[in-house]
Amino acid sequence: MSIGLALAPARARGVRIARLARSAAGLGAALIAAASAFAQDVQGLRLRSLAATCAACHGTDGRAAEGAALPGLAALPAPYLVAQMQAFKSGARAGTVMPQLAKGYSDAQIAQLAAWFAQTPSTGAAR
Amino acid sequence: MKRRTLLTFAGAAGGLGLAACTTGAPRAIGTPGSARVLVVGGGFGGATAAKYLRLLSQYRIEVVLVEPEAAFVSCPLSNLVLGGATTLADLTRPYERLGTRHGVRVVRDSVARIDVAQRSAQLASGATIRYDKLVLSPGVEMMWDEIAGLRATQQQGRILQAWQAGPETAALRRQLEAMPDGGVFAICIPEAPYRCPPGPYERASVVADYFKRAKPRAKLLILDANDDVTSKGALFKQVWAESYKGIVEYRPQHKASAVNAAANTPKSTVSFEVQDDVRADVLNVLPPMRAGAIAVQTGLANANARWCQVAWLNFESTAAKHVHVIGDAIQIAPLMPKSGHMANSHAKVVAAALVAELNGWEIDPAPMLSNTCYSFVDERRTVHIASVHAYVAVEQTYRTVPGAGGLSAAPNALEAGHAWNWAQSIWSDMLA
Repeated sequence: MSIGLALAPARARGVRIARLARSAAGLGAALIAAASAFAQDVQGLRLRSLAATCAACHGTDGRAAEGAALPGLAALPAPYLVAQMQAFKSGARAGTVMPQLAKGYSDAQIAQLAAWFAQTPSTGAAR
Repeated sequence: MKRRTLLTFAGAAGGLGLAACTTGAPRAIGTPGSARVLVVGGGFGGATAAKYLRLLSQYRIEVVLVEPEAAFVSCPLSNLVLGGATTLADLTRPYERLGTRHGVRVVRDSVARIDVAQRSAQLASGATIRYDKLVLSPGVEMMWDEIAGLRATQQQGRILQAWQAGPETAALRRQLEAMPDGGVFAICIPEAPYRCPPGPYERASVVADYFKRAKPRAKLLILDANDDVTSKGALFKQVWAESYKGIVEYRPQHKASAVNAAANTPKSTVSFEVQDDVRADVLNVLPPMRAGAIAVQTGLANANARWCQVAWLNFESTAAKHVHVIGDAIQIAPLMPKSGHMANSHAKVVAAALVAELNGWEIDPAPMLSNTCYSFVDERRTVHIASVHAYVAVEQTYRTVPGAGGLSAAPNALEAGHAWNWAQSIWSDMLA
């Protein structure tokens, strides 16, 4: 399977379509950015970069690595992700590294991460 | 054949790169003959940077990765090869998908010379690659000459470091297997900072586990130049006391100054600045380390002539424009480990910063880094250390987020499974 360079124009069209859809929806700023997970704008880049701090364990763009038992995060409902991160943060949910790592993210960052992962398809070509 | 084509392309397109750079303004990406980033080094930092430059730019930035090895071999988990629990083959992953899946041009070569004024790199094969931005992830170089006799004995294969996973790892395993029961194995640790702070103590632990099973009368000496165990100290000391009593002995403040592996005896000797000499059947001497040779040679190692200082928002060298240094080679921020996971984190920040810069956008003013590091204490149990690092604008550096991060409560089997899954995941995040 050879993807990447060959598919780039198709992807660019997808981004433009997503932008049109976003402006039509008239949502709040954070939601707009999250509505197109791979949006090629400054806010989209920042959110994807923030989410990349989870990727070493949970897979690139939150898609679990082949053969790894650690859970993927892509396409999980945002309220579920926020609840789990807040439970790790408060100590309500036990764990090994996650209670320690969750405390490193602000409530605003957790909301951004959750919205971003929720909008990211769990399968599909690497983008 | 394929490689020749690649290099020809790189040489031809390089001219375009020069023409554009001379304008002084960054080029918009997504245009024909788009910006080219050259990534040097295919370890945790470089491979991740190459992949994420492609991902985050929506495949608009051209990325060339130069790496001399045919495949990636992971240093994390390689101590288990010394303990006998795994093989190097299990820790080896191909570079192929960076090309086929992500369109990175992977060139199997090494960089002989970098001209930061001309923005070009000359490969060992002679070809020249021009770049708009250079990401240098050169790892560490062993400072052999800091310990008298070490360079020669290492070249003879007598006293090994095995700190770059590969043939030396397998060779040190063979030395340990050949060591008689009742023999002495000594590990010498340099003063911090060095690559992988807990690594030497993990190595001691998993080798002690092997001795316990296979050579119960063997001794293992940890000869540490530092005043105390530099990472996960309480956990390692607990394991040595509980599981390896009579095998492991820890001696701080042992700064190695010379080694001697005489031809007429299988034993080697290590001398110290202050303490008495130690004789061992197998010696594993880690010398002080510094930024990889290409960084030093390019004049980027401007912190104590050992490490590369960078500006933290985009990892640009403070010694050269358009050169971004990541991974173990940099002068670290407070409490930032020289680890594979941290190099992977650096790579994502630099990739995002370069995508922003080349688009004419403001660079993220508040980047974050994460790190999780597992150490095996025997074949079945690990301990972890985890941290989250946030950029603090007023201090212009990264600080660990207060209240976050921490260690395992005790060695445990659950996290040994996590360690293997972490490895599969991060190798995939950088290479697949």
